[in-house]
Amino acid sequence: MTDIVLNIDGKEVTAAAGATVLDAARQAGIHIPTLCHFEKLEAYGGCRLCMVESESRGKTSYVVSCLYPVENGLVVRTRSAKVDKIRRLIIEELMAHAPEAPELVALAREYGADKDRFEKEPIYCILCGLCERYCAEVKQKNAIGFVGNGPEREISFVPEIAAKECNDCKECFPLCPTSYLQAAFVLVESLTFAPAAAEPVAAQG
Amino acid sequence: MPKLESVAALESLRSDILARRDATRPCIAVCAGAACDGLDSITVATAFKSEIAKQGLEGKVDLRVTGCHGYCEKGPNVVVGPKDVCYFEVTPEDVPGIVSATLKGEVFEERVYKDPQTGAKAVHMDEVPFYKHQTRLLIGDNPKIDPMKIEDYIAIDGYAALAKALSTMTPDEVLNEVKKANLRGRGGGGFPAGSKWETTKNAPEKTKYVIVNGHEGESAAFMDRAMLTGNPHKVIEGLIIGAYAIGAQQGFIYTRHDAPRLVEHLKAAMAQAEEYGFMGENILGSGFSCNVELHFDVGIFVSGESSGLMRSIEGNAPEPRPKYIRTSVSGIWDKPSNLNNVETWANVPQIITRGADWFTSIGSERSKGTKLVSLSGNVVNSGIVEVPMGTPLRTLIFDIGGGVRDGKSLKAIHFGGAMGGSIPADQIDAKLDFDEMSKLGAPIGAGGLLVMDEDTDMVEVARYLLDFLVKESCGKCVPCREGMYQMLKILTNITEGKGKTSDLDRLGDLMEVTSAASLCALGKTASDPLKSMMRYFKDEYETRIATGGGAGSQAI
Amino acid sequence: MSEQKIDGIIEKYRGKPGALIHALTEIQHELHWLPREVMEKVAEALEVPFSLVRQIVSFYKTFSLTPKGRHEVHVCTGMTCHLRGAAKLMAKVAEITGLKPGETDTDSRFTLERGSCLGSCSIGPELIVDGKHYGRMTPDKVEDVLKRYE
Repeated sequence: MTDIVLNIDGKEVTAAAGATVLDAARQAGIHIPTLCHFEKLEAYGGCRLCMVESESRGKTSYVVSCLYPVENGLVVRTRSAKVDKIRRLIIEELMAHAPEAPELVALAREYGADKDRFEKEPIYCILCGLCERYCAEVKQKNAIGFVGNGPEREISFVPEIAAKECNDCKECFPLCPTSYLQAAFVLVESLTFAPAAAEPVAAQG
Repeated sequence: MPKLESVAALESLRSDILARRDATRPCIAVCAGAACDGLDSITVATAFKSEIAKQGLEGKVDLRVTGCHGYCEKGPNVVVGPKDVCYFEVTPEDVPGIVSATLKGEVFEERVYKDPQTGAKAVHMDEVPFYKHQTRLLIGDNPKIDPMKIEDYIAIDGYAALAKALSTMTPDEVLNEVKKANLRGRGGGGFPAGSKWETTKNAPEKTKYVIVNGHEGESAAFMDRAMLTGNPHKVIEGLIIGAYAIGAQQGFIYTRHDAPRLVEHLKAAMAQAEEYGFMGENILGSGFSCNVELHFDVGIFVSGESSGLMRSIEGNAPEPRPKYIRTSVSGIWDKPSNLNNVETWANVPQIITRGADWFTSIGSERSKGTKLVSLSGNVVNSGIVEVPMGTPLRTLIFDIGGGVRDGKSLKAIHFGGAMGGSIPADQIDAKLDFDEMSKLGAPIGAGGLLVMDEDTDMVEVARYLLDFLVKESCGKCVPCREGMYQMLKILTNITEGKGKTSDLDRLGDLMEVTSAASLCALGKTASDPLKSMMRYFKDEYETRIATGGGAGSQAI
Repeated sequence: MSEQKIDGIIEKYRGKPGALIHALTEIQHELHWLPREVMEKVAEALEVPFSLVRQIVSFYKTFSLTPKGRHEVHVCTGMTCHLRGAAKLMAKVAEITGLKPGETDTDSRFTLERGSCLGSCSIGPELIVDGKHYGRMTPDKVEDVLKRYE
């Protein structure tokens, strides 16, 4: 495969054909924030935090770097007023649900996001899908999945599979950006596996 | 019916069908379109059947149950051919009178159109105000066809375009004709269909797909269903011609499962088209083969989004695909897939039969042909309207639509459903044109035109539309899921008199980021109605926030 | 009888993961809801993870995870019906049945749903009971219509 040469933040970067802008940036030591990205998983494009400004053949557009393929002559700006505004608002939207998640708190500081901009409705899950995809793609167990659509979307364990598989695995836990997952698991465990032994535990961040 | 093996066999069948028909014999067409059906037009059809039997008129008077005629407001509709005498709001009690008058070559006066002001009557279709300002190239065939009978379609030159394409044109010639006609997609964006076909045609993968998007999830848009239910063969014919031009071996029709008549007609039409040899293997002996499968949407708007729709055909949840590669290059199962909506496909046969020059002689400078419009809301004459592109909205709403109901004044015109926009009454002379309407902030979308009267609360309209989209979205990406949800909360607060001055600022940011950062077309356009409100009706929002609700807060 | 029919549907699609939505739609039409055991059977026969079946069922509005009443009452909430007073109609139906949209009453008589636009906008607002349309419906006419369904 031939190498592709593009420009990221004024720096000439070489990347393999088929690589994404995010891959290329990371290789070049340029940081782009992400919440739903993990190297072992197929790119998802859900959190949209990795959005960058791209200029190709004189046309400027906003694309998510985790999915956008590199091309020769592409000019990428990982920070601009508009990129920052997009990221700031996304962080503010997510902080309505997970105001204390450490990753979000750090991002809020960097982008000047106001954690109180939108009314709090803590559910502690930002639906990044890392647990769901890790379980499906890497472990191929499908012990956890999405249910519902729109704002009703949530993650949910399949108790029968979780009872068999999760105790000895828990590999998805450290991926969770808000630590909601662990709480959710504890909840399911306490409700389903040993109803007499444990009090139901409310999900908490 | 044995499969037709050649174009000559089709033409000989057509002659047989026409020879068996007497063009002068009266034919009573009872509309069973969505609205007439809802008004029990089937009991009217049954009454005609028994009356014809009672009077022993079989063979003297024909009866046909058809798809939508168009003038839904005045259903049940009955049109009596060959002179196209129109009867409105027909009840079973009117049936003996209509039959007797028809036999005598007279008109049953009680049910013809009467002008609401002057009382002047209009008897024939081309005299009725609702119809006479229209150019009904697509929907006009509906009263002439029983959608369950392929012979009715063949009788009006059906599948002649397919025969012409397969026997006298190369795939490239077909493609070039469609490109030359500048047929723009009727599903929303107005993207040139020919260019899209070309992309799929030129994509390196050998396996290619063509798809009819008959999802029509846009609220108050009902013309595609009327087309597909009333004249399914026209859409199938367009699809097969497209498949031939593109080099696709497989087609899909994706439509709604919740319209029983649509499902029944489409299934029957597909079976007949296959039986007659218009789809399947070796079509009309040309050596070209294309199979078509029927798929159903099971009830969510996002599945009408092109990549969501394709995920759904694959059997997955209709989450839009996040790739930066067009579905025309990599769609269903990563194969090049060309998707057009019902009306776009329906335009293809006439472009092939009558040519691109004829097609481009109709319409405005950059939008060619006619456009189907679902006219509804606070309008006197709601229904399905077909006019040349470039027709002023005034013609649509006043000459055809009869103006605003209950003597009220016009406040706004909304186009394009939940992803469209509203423009104020003073834009009434704007033209129905893809580019002009987009520039005004009320893109035509699929063609749902909603008339809003003086009492309409524009904050409530935006809130209602967002509420719809929030429930119909997939929830995968943050800016769409959270952005729409927050906008909805703010708008709900304003309608409840709890608006704050900072709300407009927050709405501004939410609109900007939701459209810039969302994954698919649903999120990208979800704030368009609200943007149009901020452009034309901002003072109404400001007043509402300042006064805490009170005045002008009449719920729609 | 019904169980045989369901098994028949499942068998028809055995080993065809792409037919998941077809299979679920047919079963939904038959049973008017999708019991968990049936979803499990579908997952096994079509060779798809149960989590995907659950996702699809909870995603599409047509599918129901709970049994529905004997009569399905839809109030169209499409845009034209809304402009023509669907909210008042919905409030009246809710008052008469004691249900909120999505709910089924305790004696399983009615399930109330928000209906999506069925394209009969000219005769809105519309009440649709078991697929039968009642066009140009007003709140004062609702009770008489619902009385016909026991």
